Amino acid sequence: MTLAPGLYHYLIIAALLFCFGLAAVLTRRNGIAVLMGIELILNAANINFVAFSNYVTHALGGHVFVVFVILLAAIEAAVALAIVFAIYRHFHSVEIPQVHEMQG
Amino acid sequence: MEITQILYVAGFYLFALVTVISAFFVVFAKNVMRAVFSLMFTLFGIAGLFLFLHADFLAATQVLIYVGGVLVLLLFGIMLTQRMVEADIRTGRIQFLPTMFAMVILFGFLVYLIFNTPWKIQGAANFQDSTAGIGTLLMTEWLLPFEIASILLLAALVGAVSIARARRTVS
Repeated sequence: MTLAPGLYHYLIIAALLFCFGLAAVLTRRNGIAVLMGIELILNAANINFVAFSNYVTHALGGHVFVVFVILLAAIEAAVALAIVFAIYRHFHSVEIPQVHEMQG
Repeated sequence: MEITQILYVAGFYLFALVTVISAFFVVFAKNVMRAVFSLMFTLFGIAGLFLFLHADFLAATQVLIYVGGVLVLLLFGIMLTQRMVEADIRTGRIQFLPTMFAMVILFGFLVYLIFNTPWKIQGAANFQDSTAGIGTLLMTEWLLPFEIASILLLAALVGAVSIARARRTVS
């Protein structure tokens, strides 16, 4: 592993972003902060796709896949925020631990 | 090393640092508002990393859709769901120490995998015009997923509106 940027640098950045995103999903109480963690995870996957496309496959298939992932992330943010609003109207809070009405 | 080479490497590490440090604050900032704004820096940093990977179209798309769309949506979400009178949008944490422990182990495992997998690295491809290539691929090889994605967008639009709309209660 050298100083100049190569495949390993991008993979390690993506691994760090994935861990941060997973930590946000697991530890945050606020529903919208959990959504931000999901965005971090998707972005980590995007960095991996583009890095492998540039350094390993030399084809643009990874780029097309990233376009689809960005599209799905936008859709997911819209639908998940609608659900968060519905939760807020019902429970008057977006704190995840207070939403326990469906527990058995 | 030439001066352009040094600038290239320094620029890469600048974007990498901005990305990782602001992602750290997305997780650990007490204030949700601050977390959203540091998520903006993360997304800009990732767009810069895309530029270093010669993915110019994706860098522009990242800035347009994430910073221009998703981030504004998240800001709306926070402003609509927090009672602004309280003016204190802090949020707590749950299961903090076990998660940190698991994340450190997971990161070590990922780094172990990254360095012990024999990747077939062929040197940088350095795409010249990725936009034309992506357009051609979307209209030929990936046409069916492209059309399905448009239907998915329509369904998500209708679904989001019908979930978020206030119910007319009978009472």
